[in-house]
Amino acid sequence: MIKLEGVSKTYGAGPTAVHALKNIDLDVPQGAIHGVIGLSGAGKSTLIRCVNLLERPTSGRVIVDGQDLTRQDAEALRQSRHQLGMIFQHFNLLASRTVFDNVALPLELMGVSKSDIRERVEPLLDLTGLTDKARQYPAQLSGGQKQRVAIARALASRPKVLLCDEATSALDPQTTASILELLQDINRKLGLTILLITHEMEVVKSICHRVGLISDGELVEEADVGDFFTAPATRLGRDFLNAFLELEPPQALVERLEETAGPHTHPVVRLAFSGATVATPLISRLARDSGVDVSILQAKVESIQGRTLGLMIAELIGSPDTTSRALTQLEAHDINVEVLGHVQRDA
Amino acid sequence: MSSAMLELILEATLDTLYMVALSGAVSALIGIPLGVLLYVTRPGQILAQPFAQRVLAIVTNIGRSIPFIILMVAIIPFTRLIVGSSIGTNAAVVPLIIAAIPFVARLVEGALNEIPPGLIEAAQAMGATPYQIITKVLLPEAKGGILNGLTITVVTLVSYSAMAGAVGGGGLGDLGIRYGYNRFDPLIMLITVAILVIMVQGFQSLGDHLVRKADHK
Repeated sequence: MIKLEGVSKTYGAGPTAVHALKNIDLDVPQGAIHGVIGLSGAGKSTLIRCVNLLERPTSGRVIVDGQDLTRQDAEALRQSRHQLGMIFQHFNLLASRTVFDNVALPLELMGVSKSDIRERVEPLLDLTGLTDKARQYPAQLSGGQKQRVAIARALASRPKVLLCDEATSALDPQTTASILELLQDINRKLGLTILLITHEMEVVKSICHRVGLISDGELVEEADVGDFFTAPATRLGRDFLNAFLELEPPQALVERLEETAGPHTHPVVRLAFSGATVATPLISRLARDSGVDVSILQAKVESIQGRTLGLMIAELIGSPDTTSRALTQLEAHDINVEVLGHVQRDA
Repeated sequence: MSSAMLELILEATLDTLYMVALSGAVSALIGIPLGVLLYVTRPGQILAQPFAQRVLAIVTNIGRSIPFIILMVAIIPFTRLIVGSSIGTNAAVVPLIIAAIPFVARLVEGALNEIPPGLIEAAQAMGATPYQIITKVLLPEAKGGILNGLTITVVTLVSYSAMAGAVGGGGLGDLGIRYGYNRFDPLIMLITVAILVIMVQGFQSLGDHLVRKADHK
């Protein structure tokens, strides 16, 4: 549904040029919720704004529903934009219009008749739970309600794609959850393809099917959300995940961690297991079969996109032989093992 | 005070109102589109024309820097061309309009400046044409600010119109100078000033009321 091919965006020229996006390829299938996560300044915003050409890419193609938007003239692009709803971090509602009239705006722009506007706006207000707020002005609404208005407005032109630019970043956690639920609901009911950018892992975890990680203008990693949460492929991915899960080894241990194994060290590992392995009595079996002692430092179970994910940080205490056998055994059970370092015994 | 005097005062008041209303309406009619043009042709804006914008901005600034009393005298030939005379209330309206247009334009531009850029972006994302952005987003969103600017303009026009009295423009300023100053009649002077004060208060209250009604923030 959305396809970016070799999209680059450069601001300025020469040695002071800023390469906001570097050769981005992205393919979001019909009906998917695709998240792009990254730190601020990584190019997320530029990326999503390139999809509806609010920013024109310096090079590359943007194809939405089979149409190459980068080749369209101004009029054709305006028509295409009716297919692309967009919501923003700061809602961008018109203060001078009531809730109803804000939602009606895209229809007015398309030249829809007054009676048809009423017919199309009312179900949207119903869908977003705003029917009783129709006559109010945005200033009278809470942040969550404003974003609901923005969502209703974005859906008014019956788009095929919804672009969400940090749509929940200005909202508190509870409101965020309700907005995410609404987006998921829309995705299911209307089959709408959603591309969202965010810096919040919570958003990715709650509703995304796939996630891309953007860093310094490059898409450095892309995976199904379940896989990303089990085993991020990049350092940045792991940093995001660990910060989100608050799954860091205790500070006192971190200070003692050594990068290489010695004759008297034992490994500290981060284990991630998903699906059926979560239910198995893994650690006690490991201790029994390989003869290592396992000291659990942190553990947590998360549910991501219907998949259960177990995460653990543990010290494997035993001789180098037994610990390496334990590691092999863990990997044989389809457990993602990351050795964080080694600590001296009896330290 | 004689009834002739009262009649004179009434006539002068109506003359002033006429000058202010006519010059206010015409300068709004021309100044608002000019202010919009100054805004939308800026670099990076929806109808960016950086060079034309620059020229327009300079012309506007020149218009604003000429003192009204000088402008009034300087454009007498132009005024005569338009209304056929260089004295009287109609003749005073011409320089008032010329002076107020750039004033209104800058105030409108300032009001448009207050609109969050995200709103224009949202409208663009909805597929709005530049004309639709102006009529459906910019003008309605800046309505309060524009009304505020027009109120300031009208109040300024009240005092400018009094200045127009100096060149035989009629109105309260004319009355105040001829009777109050030249004939040294402090009562007439006081009355004309009092009427001007009341007029300004009235326009300001009306303007404030309209701004409040337009504002949903």
